[in-house]
Amino acid sequence: MPERIRIIVDGRELHVDRGVTVAAAMMNAGIRAFRQSVSGEARGPLCGMGVCMECRVTINREPHCRSCQTLCEDGMEVQTR
Amino acid sequence: MNGAAPDVLIVGGGIVGAACAWECSLGGLKVMVVEADVPGSGATAAGMGHIVAMEDSTPEFHLTRYSQIIWNELVHEMPAGVEYLPCGTLWVAVDEEEMAGARRKQASYLGRGVPAELLDARQLAEAEPSLRSGLVGGLLVPEDSALYPPVAAQWLLTQSGAEVRRGRVVSISDSGAQLEDGTLLTAGIIVNAAGAMSSKLMPGVPVTPRKGHLVITERYPGFLRHQVVELGYLKSAHAAGGDSVALNVQPRATGQVLIGSSRQHGATHKEIDRPILSAMLRRAEEYLPGIMDLVAVRCWTGFRATTPDKLPLIGPWPGTQRVWLATGHEGLGITTGPATGRLVADLILGRTPAIPAQPYLPARCGHA
Repeated sequence: MPERIRIIVDGRELHVDRGVTVAAAMMNAGIRAFRQSVSGEARGPLCGMGVCMECRVTINREPHCRSCQTLCEDGMEVQTR
Repeated sequence: MNGAAPDVLIVGGGIVGAACAWECSLGGLKVMVVEADVPGSGATAAGMGHIVAMEDSTPEFHLTRYSQIIWNELVHEMPAGVEYLPCGTLWVAVDEEEMAGARRKQASYLGRGVPAELLDARQLAEAEPSLRSGLVGGLLVPEDSALYPPVAAQWLLTQSGAEVRRGRVVSISDSGAQLEDGTLLTAGIIVNAAGAMSSKLMPGVPVTPRKGHLVITERYPGFLRHQVVELGYLKSAHAAGGDSVALNVQPRATGQVLIGSSRQHGATHKEIDRPILSAMLRRAEEYLPGIMDLVAVRCWTGFRATTPDKLPLIGPWPGTQRVWLATGHEGLGITTGPATGRLVADLILGRTPAIPAQPYLPARCGHA
């Protein structure tokens, strides 16, 4: 059994298996709007392989992290804006 | 083209050519613009879009301030894509010598009716929290601003109603503007507004290219509030020769940060010069220690149109009947474009300009 860990997305706790990406954890929790475009439109993962830059979120206060390329860590704090 | 030749043919669809087209059309003249590429894609797209009143000399002040006033009327008619940001300019002093320079600069601005506020070290830190500690102070010039020039140039061209023709001009003379494909475009007056390329089209025009680099980051809203320029900028920007870098950073309306600046004489290739780029970024880091944590998304170069006396060339070109210049704006073409257009239209139409036109007349170059 994989270890269960906890991340916090916009203040909401998500419990996920270790080894899951932040993007997968968020999508599984029903989150679709990962960030906002410059004109305020919702944006979310498109390519899932680190190229399109659409899935960027703020992780542990560092902005513009690609959630599809980042594995969840216990206690990680994620913000979508 | 159909029908009669235009009254005015403008070579170059950058901010200067677009402003000339706009003002000449407003004055009732029939205008054609010929542009080798997408309008506004040369130095107009490469520059920072800083609208700044400069007070180094009276002619420079007149042109920049007059133009700033025209910009302030125009931007409110322009589309949101022009990204007008009234961020002011914050000139930063690292030592007492530069602070003395800030005081002189303030006196000069105030004497010319431009608001300017001296900041001590604490006020500077409050105004711009990303600056390092230990700076002596600064001078805030609140009426300066930033915008996105290509959108402004395209708006001016469209609104002018001028015919915009795609074509690469290879030479300009009284007989017309000769295109690469052999076509000769004629007009009552031909205005060379080709920026750093203008001397290629007319040998003898004293304009040389001066290369610059810029970097733009991802969006970091709040990282920077003002256009921040080091007071040492004037020393390096005006140094006669050699390569130089100076802190000149700008917040964009999008939250992005535009990082400059560099100056290179004699560099003719568009490629990024890595040592210069590194020196430029290190210079920015000396003032803004957090700037290296930002993600850069793009860097590019462009060419300023430099003249020997740092003033643009606006008006008839001596020794010709119908060839005019509107070029040589160095690093201030975005600021001074609209006033240049106004002056060109004033001089063509015989109106009295609001500022003396004489300091910018090409006749000063002694060309026969």
